[in-house]
Amino acid sequence: MTDDERQRLTQLLPNLKRRASIHHITRRFFDEQDFLEVDTPIRSPAVAPEKEILPFESDGWFLATSPELYMKRLLAAGYTRIYQLSHCFRKGERGGRHNPEFTLLEWYRTGANYETMMADTEELVLAIARELGIGSSLRYQGKTIDLTAPWQRIPIRDLYKQLAGWDPVTNPDLSRFDEDMVTKVIPHLNPHRPTIMLNYPAPMASLAKLKRDEPSVAERAEVFIGGLELANAYSELTDSKEQIERFRQEIEHIRREQGRTVPLPQKFLESLEHLPECGGIALGMDRLVMLFCDAASIDEVMPFTVDTA
Amino acid sequence: MEVEDCRKGTKVLLDNTPYNIEDAEFMKPGKGRAIYRFRFRNLMDGSSLERTYHSGEKLQEANITTREGQFLYREAGHFVFMHTDTFEQYLINETQLGNKQFYLKEGMIVTTLFLSDRPLDITLPIFIEGTVTKSDIATRTDTVTAQMKRATLETGLEIDVPVFIKEGDTLKIDTRTGSYVERVVTKK
Repeated sequence: MTDDERQRLTQLLPNLKRRASIHHITRRFFDEQDFLEVDTPIRSPAVAPEKEILPFESDGWFLATSPELYMKRLLAAGYTRIYQLSHCFRKGERGGRHNPEFTLLEWYRTGANYETMMADTEELVLAIARELGIGSSLRYQGKTIDLTAPWQRIPIRDLYKQLAGWDPVTNPDLSRFDEDMVTKVIPHLNPHRPTIMLNYPAPMASLAKLKRDEPSVAERAEVFIGGLELANAYSELTDSKEQIERFRQEIEHIRREQGRTVPLPQKFLESLEHLPECGGIALGMDRLVMLFCDAASIDEVMPFTVDTA
Repeated sequence: MEVEDCRKGTKVLLDNTPYNIEDAEFMKPGKGRAIYRFRFRNLMDGSSLERTYHSGEKLQEANITTREGQFLYREAGHFVFMHTDTFEQYLINETQLGNKQFYLKEGMIVTTLFLSDRPLDITLPIFIEGTVTKSDIATRTDTVTAQMKRATLETGLEIDVPVFIKEGDTLKIDTRTGSYVERVVTKK
């Protein structure tokens, strides 16, 4: 062991202790509400086809980019409340807020929608703050953030009109959307309050259902705290025909634009016919820990990153 | 090279000018496109600029190498160096060297940065020694802070030195800050 490594790991100890506490509090939070903790495969024959998420290949299969498909197969079989803390892998994602291997917390409830998942997130984050003994406000990178619920919920269309000067719902320009998100929208969110962006344009619905009374947007929400994109909630799409169609379009796009061949997740699609109405959410655990450790970089909350592995 | 492979410290060519990536930021909305924001420093004139790239874009890698060279002499706006391994000579002009020229003493070994075979810049030793050729007479004031005065070294460098320094003294200088470190006592 080099002196540098010893020093680095010693400095990380307070953050890693806090990380362990946050994991314990999270498990207790879900266990007390009768959620079942599940543990689904890291390696599988197919992952959800997504053009901007590149999976690592593993002996002809893929490393998990998210546990979503397996968790929905459990819901389709009759499970009602499940959660999972799992390592996920996304190729090429490396920066102050990204490591190609990271920890996702996902939870699903039947008979729920994205609003339920947002309320759960508020409760979870407040429970962690309370149990860590910091009350309902936290200091992150020089700013005080008031975590009191309810958090501000803003339709994405309003945010873009106000901060980027265009409407992504009537005119979904996907190439501009992501760049404006990181350069114009996120930097101008209220730094002292969590923000939830609601109702993504329909072409960005991913695995979320479209709003019944407003089909140009999807029931998809993203939670931001302290400028960190923390969680992505859906009212889950349960229409298997529509899901197959979206996957086929995505696969075709990936083949045409990137020359990648992506298999359809067959068993997931077969199970979809039995998937009840449900809500689901994926929360970046490393970023949640960053918030509670006042860490500027993801490197400060994990003992080994891709650069120190 | 792929934008994904660019890191802080990677040297690239933008419009045929070599730049160093001084800061690299990776941004990506969860389901969205990866965006890379780089701050570049121009290796020719030191200016900086910022640009954003998307995954799939390419940058031209600059063929930057470093070699040891010895400073020989200066002539008409140029500084003449010699490769220590091949004894070939090469020139770097004053503008490229900027303030670094005031630390160069004949015979000094420096690391030189090359773009292909074109010399761009040098890295000085952290400490150099120089002899005071000119120094003001200290003007005493009533302050209790350390008394400093201006002095010029034989290389042309002007620095602040303690009042006890005299012409002919040898000084140790920190080239990173351009500041006086200590007087070097030469054994007689």
